[in-house]
Amino acid sequence: MNMVRNLRARLLLPFTGEGGPTKWGRMRALDGAVPNGPSSVAHSRGAFSREREKGRAFCMFAAAAIFLSTPVHAFTAYVSNEKGNSVTVIDTDKLEAVKTVKVGRRPRGIELSKDNSELYVCAGDDDTIQVLDTKTLKITGNLPSGPDPELMILSPDGRTVFVSNENDNLVTMIDAETKRQIGDVPVGVEPEGMAISPDGRILVNTSETTNMAHLIDTRTKQIIANVLVDARPRFAAFKPDASELWVSSEIGGTVAVIDPRSHAVTQKIRFEIPGLSKEAIQPIGISFTNDGKRAFVALGPANRVAVIDTATKKIEKYLLVGQRVWHLAFTPDEKYLLTANGVSNDVSVIDVASLKVVKSIPVGAFPWGIAVATK
Amino acid sequence: MIKRCVIGASIAALLSILPAAAEPLRVKFGVLRQQHSSETLSILDLPAEDDTLAGALIGVADNNTTGRFTGQSYEAIDAKLASGEDAVAAAQKLVDEGAIAIVADLPADDLLHVADALKSRDALLLNVSATDDRLREDDCRANVVHVAPTRSMLTDGLAQYLVWKQWRRWLLVKGSHPRDELLAAAYRASAKKFGAKIVDERVYVDTEGGRRSDSGSVQTQRLIPPLTQGAPAYDVLIAADESEVFGNYLPYRTWDPRPVAGSAGLAPTSWDAAHEQWGAAQLQNRFRKEFRRGMNARDHQAWVAARMIGEAATRTGSADPKALSTYLLGPDFSIAAFKGVRLSLRPWNRQLRQPILLSDGRMTVSVSPQEGFLHQTSELDTLGVDKPETKCRLK
Repeated sequence: MNMVRNLRARLLLPFTGEGGPTKWGRMRALDGAVPNGPSSVAHSRGAFSREREKGRAFCMFAAAAIFLSTPVHAFTAYVSNEKGNSVTVIDTDKLEAVKTVKVGRRPRGIELSKDNSELYVCAGDDDTIQVLDTKTLKITGNLPSGPDPELMILSPDGRTVFVSNENDNLVTMIDAETKRQIGDVPVGVEPEGMAISPDGRILVNTSETTNMAHLIDTRTKQIIANVLVDARPRFAAFKPDASELWVSSEIGGTVAVIDPRSHAVTQKIRFEIPGLSKEAIQPIGISFTNDGKRAFVALGPANRVAVIDTATKKIEKYLLVGQRVWHLAFTPDEKYLLTANGVSNDVSVIDVASLKVVKSIPVGAFPWGIAVATK
Repeated sequence: MIKRCVIGASIAALLSILPAAAEPLRVKFGVLRQQHSSETLSILDLPAEDDTLAGALIGVADNNTTGRFTGQSYEAIDAKLASGEDAVAAAQKLVDEGAIAIVADLPADDLLHVADALKSRDALLLNVSATDDRLREDDCRANVVHVAPTRSMLTDGLAQYLVWKQWRRWLLVKGSHPRDELLAAAYRASAKKFGAKIVDERVYVDTEGGRRSDSGSVQTQRLIPPLTQGAPAYDVLIAADESEVFGNYLPYRTWDPRPVAGSAGLAPTSWDAAHEQWGAAQLQNRFRKEFRRGMNARDHQAWVAARMIGEAATRTGSADPKALSTYLLGPDFSIAAFKGVRLSLRPWNRQLRQPILLSDGRMTVSVSPQEGFLHQTSELDTLGVDKPETKCRLK
């Protein structure tokens, strides 16, 4: 986490009530502070971020105007709070946090089962994946991952969960129904990003220190190609038509576009933001619209999300979001894109049609991953 | 056990389908290292037998994991110098044994001798311990890459933080050895560069005694207050004690209740065993699991050096020393080192740009460059001697 570059973040830390930079969730100041009462955080923030507060007031107005004009479906979004050891539940109709649930230590990767009945949360420091019942929000069991699970992805049929275990250079395959391990594949050093082709045939894992995307045949459980990308690849995603595989390199500062058939890097997308050093631009999360025409890429400590035209690979716009933006998720109707902002402890709401940031929702400490239920 | 068999089987299967794995490209490098003084003030800082080497070996293991997929295999040859042993002869021997590069943990003069002796041979030197600015300035060499930060990068890193903190009045206490004066000079330059003021300077004279005794802290407790008595008003005491004679005696014992920074207290460093941000916990875990101790700055610099060799060999698909140097010194090179941003080489003197951690030995307190210290090309170049001031003419 980049806690150092950022003045507001520093000032905010004591108010989160969830400990300083390295001690996780043991220094809770008061009952009613985060994670139980996000509103109290929002209140105390005002004194330190006047400029932002003004922006928010305007945004709320804008958002309200949008509500009046179009009916919105209510979806539920789940945000993992890396240092809060909690999951914040967001109502995407009200655009506010409605509940906070305690989970295991260092929750990062977060996914829903295909029928939305279960929520899977990687609790890295507990070396397990917790399963929550989405109706009761109670922990009902575990998925047997390897040590330090970080990210996961479900097969398109929802039957298999593929997990990257950061500490032992393995990708684990778990049967979602029986909750048993059904195989593992050795990959490079510090496996992280996970993607699956739309037909479920090719699994992709990125390894952060080896700097590769490993393409794995899901039937034979064997690596079929290793594609070298720039430093510290953290996320991978297939374009919905499966024609391209995109891999973001956090330290390299690029997104590699890979041809999944020839396994060649066909293009590298670079980012330039006036006034920001190239070191500050660190691409992480990638989300494609369903029609595949646009991609959104989170740029970490650059505090922006890049909007990319996938045909030309040109950057249409940079959207200013909260600080240290990690992962992204669309609402199923693609009305909104939600971003987890690790340092500012909030979720930015991007209105996809207008490409404007319309709201920020305070969540728990150090939000990292997001999953949105489809119903 | 069953799981292990499965892994073994998958690796075997994996290797069999990769044609490159049949004849791996072998990449061999040397680790030429000095015996570090065990005259440390704290027993926690006693150098381990595998100091520096351990970091290089973790780098080799990481490179070999990648090598499984690229058909490359890495090996480090350890050459630890006995007291008085000739570094040049040892370096020549490493190159004779097939080392394409040497990770060097040597004092400045030895490093220069080795660099000059290897001038006609194709082997890059990677300096992982000498912080002397002169090695990157008047005495810079074309066949040396500096992974270790310079004194000026370290002191600038601390100075930026102290200025950000508004602790601008410094009391400087320096040791009586030449390298303590070099460090003190770096602090004076940093103060001038970032607008701090050294209100007074004191010298702690080394009386050449042993570092520890069973009498313990009694004398120290009486000695330090008068040394720091009667100083003009100051915000922070800066210790310049590279020789490890008195630095750690200062905290909590100063006449005025003031924090200590520099060689004790809040110390600028390239790495600390307590650092865990930006995924560093992964590297610390790997290191501790293997060597049962914390990773120090030299270990980390040796890890970075080994990874640089690995990165160059992976990207160029070659073990040719010339190809590796060309890649490392080229515009495409950058490396991740768990310090939040990419590290790259300053082309004018082959110094690795890097953030400087400020650590109290328990925590990473802050990381410089600090916000607001701007630069036209890279904020990392606000640390240390910058291009317009350099005296380096590479040859």
